[in-house]
Amino acid sequence: MFGFTALELARAQFAFTISFHILFPAITIGLAAYLVVLEGLWLRTRQTLYRDLYHFWSKVFALNFGMGVVSGLVMSYQFGTNWSFFSDFAGGVTGPLLAYEVLTAFFLEAGFLGVMLFGWNRVGPGLHFFSTLMVSIGTLISTTWILASNSWMQTPAGFEIIDGRAVPVDWLAVIFNPSFPYRLLHMTVAAFLATALFVAASAAWQLLRGRDNPAIRKMLSMAMWMLVVVAPMQAVIGDFHGLNTLKHQPAKIAAMEGHWENHPGEGVPLVVFAWPDEAREENRFAIEIPRLGSLILTHSWDGQFAGLKEFPREDRPPVAVVFWSFRIMVGLGVLMILLGAWSLLLRRGEALYRSRAFLRATLWMGPAGLLAILAGWFTTEVGRQPWVVYGLQRTADAVSRHEALPLAISLGLFIVVYCVVFGVGIAYMLRLVRKGPELHEGDTGLVGGPGHERQQMRPLSAATDDDLRAAAHRS
Amino acid sequence: MGIDFSLIWILIIFFGVMMYVVMDGFDLGIGILFPFAPDRHDRDVMMNTVAPVWDGNETWLVMGGAGLLAAFPLAYAVVLSALYLPLIFMLLGLILRGVAFEFRFKAHEHERHFWDKAFIVGSVAAAFFQGVALGAYIEGIPVVDRAFAGGAFDWFAPFPLFAGLGVVVTYAALGSTWLILKTEGALQAAMIRLTGPLLWALLAFIVAVSIWTPLAHPGIAARWFAWPHMLWFAPVPLLVVFCAVQLLRALRGAPHAAPFLYVLGLVFLGYTGLAISVWPMIIPPEITIWEAAAPPQSQGFALVGALFIVPFILMYTAWSYYVFRGKVRPGDGYH
Repeated sequence: MFGFTALELARAQFAFTISFHILFPAITIGLAAYLVVLEGLWLRTRQTLYRDLYHFWSKVFALNFGMGVVSGLVMSYQFGTNWSFFSDFAGGVTGPLLAYEVLTAFFLEAGFLGVMLFGWNRVGPGLHFFSTLMVSIGTLISTTWILASNSWMQTPAGFEIIDGRAVPVDWLAVIFNPSFPYRLLHMTVAAFLATALFVAASAAWQLLRGRDNPAIRKMLSMAMWMLVVVAPMQAVIGDFHGLNTLKHQPAKIAAMEGHWENHPGEGVPLVVFAWPDEAREENRFAIEIPRLGSLILTHSWDGQFAGLKEFPREDRPPVAVVFWSFRIMVGLGVLMILLGAWSLLLRRGEALYRSRAFLRATLWMGPAGLLAILAGWFTTEVGRQPWVVYGLQRTADAVSRHEALPLAISLGLFIVVYCVVFGVGIAYMLRLVRKGPELHEGDTGLVGGPGHERQQMRPLSAATDDDLRAAAHRS
Repeated sequence: MGIDFSLIWILIIFFGVMMYVVMDGFDLGIGILFPFAPDRHDRDVMMNTVAPVWDGNETWLVMGGAGLLAAFPLAYAVVLSALYLPLIFMLLGLILRGVAFEFRFKAHEHERHFWDKAFIVGSVAAAFFQGVALGAYIEGIPVVDRAFAGGAFDWFAPFPLFAGLGVVVTYAALGSTWLILKTEGALQAAMIRLTGPLLWALLAFIVAVSIWTPLAHPGIAARWFAWPHMLWFAPVPLLVVFCAVQLLRALRGAPHAAPFLYVLGLVFLGYTGLAISVWPMIIPPEITIWEAAAPPQSQGFALVGALFIVPFILMYTAWSYYVFRGKVRPGDGYH
């Protein structure tokens, strides 16, 4: 179909749907934890600005969560619809992990979400806080299971191959497979980072527009503290993750580094910029820093690690995609650390809330966390190719044997529907963010929140309860 | 012979899918009934009756998929790839109607009609293609070498399309009786009026499927009409008649919860009837649950979790419904 094979269409469809999907859970994980902190601070300090921020961000959370649920539903079916030979081969391992994710996480989130979003005045404050907490814990449990499953596909362990299928023999080894701890930490921290940058950018937007209130300042300040602590931490975690990959998936590291071959007695340079040319098996236009690659990956001056030429061509991942997506991720990470450092310098006095240059930079960095997450996942997933389960099953052997026509139909529909639905959803989310937090929103009895149109349509902060009811009936 | 994990797992999946049909059934039904309630405030009320719970309802569908992958990976792989297009259309429908819950209330006045339509189209499409998938599944899935051996458009046939309509009617009946339970006044009266014709349509579908499937599939005929099976299964049609009669009587008085419960009864009976027809195949007409089973290490590990956790899930789901109990009124948010 249009010159694409069924395999290429199936891969494009998976890449497209999962790339859209991952953005929503990333923000969900971060915002859920943020909402727990806000509600906890509100209950402890009784400062209304925490409650106002809670109500504001819970609306964004609700939109984001809804989009995460429906785009996630697609993922849970796609393993069967498009990758049936993978499911038959590895379902005995990945199936129970997914089942545990549903049982321990999805139900927990969905069960308490209703009370969290709509139950502010239906249950007591303690029970409401408990619901928020359960939703947040649910998001973290979910992260844990799905990353156990993904990590098993990267670094499989605890299984035997019997009759051509992967049979689990040691579940602890399956779950705590070699790359799992690093990947779990890396992704969880990435979700917090992405959320902090998103929250900070929305505060910066308000301040640049001249809207300044204590709630807006508070959210900028909280987000920046998060960035200061977590961005450098992420660099350290990433370094450990890289060493783990070097040990278990050396071809992926060689592609990330654009490292084709070793020269006797010489350290490996760090390739800052290049165009990796797979046909000629070399980098073109390379800018290199001598020995830095060795230093980072072997922590020694002239250590060596396998180059791409040491792997047969059919076992190498696509080099350029992995090479570049890795650089985008690292580059954005460096910018995050710098932004955090800058915020520290501005902490004295009110500069943090006044410096237009800083606020503009913060605004531009708003999507950086999400872009870095996408780039990171492209690095690790494309870097796993040509395998779907590393070293055990090739992607080409995993795909369902569909004709190209039904795949072209489904891919076309996914592109249209996702772009419209999630495009509009993101626009609505930005519209909410643009309004900013309302002070004293929770003072009235009517804390509608998500699913309740009145709160979204007009500011109601000063109105009394009866005014609101009357207004609602008129509208 | 130890514990038959496959048997326990098929019961869990049967239960999970049943929960899904019942819960997402009324919630999709509301979307199907939207065209019959053009008033904006009525639509707000209809949506608010399910807004706090729809996520949880849909989670049972994910549970069905994950349970199938964990316990019967071959069935998951073959059935899902065989029903490729209907399932993709179903998923797209669920996306359209799922986001409408949030988007409708976030949209400006002049944009709202778009999300109303998305809610209707998505709900109808999701229900219809679930029925198509069900119909194609009952018709049978050819398998060669552990893979689907049919065509991509096999589902485009009379019985699956007919089953699609049947599921739309079923969900509409669940939706209308759910609204009788959750609303009052003019909206409730309208739903009471709608429920009668929906019930007759639903009964017509039940009768038609009961005649069509044994005629088309000798195996199903043998299952139902062989002595002494007939004796064991006789209560199923008798209970259908009982539920229908009780439902019609309830509609004549001042109904509240009763119509919903009787429709639940009908759905449960229809669903059980289909299970009786298909048992013990998991990929009809040839592959049994034991042939498609995951290794015992997989089934056992996941079973421990399911048996411990499902009771808790049922408890907090019930609690959430309890928090949002009672009638939903116009202009009445959750406060």
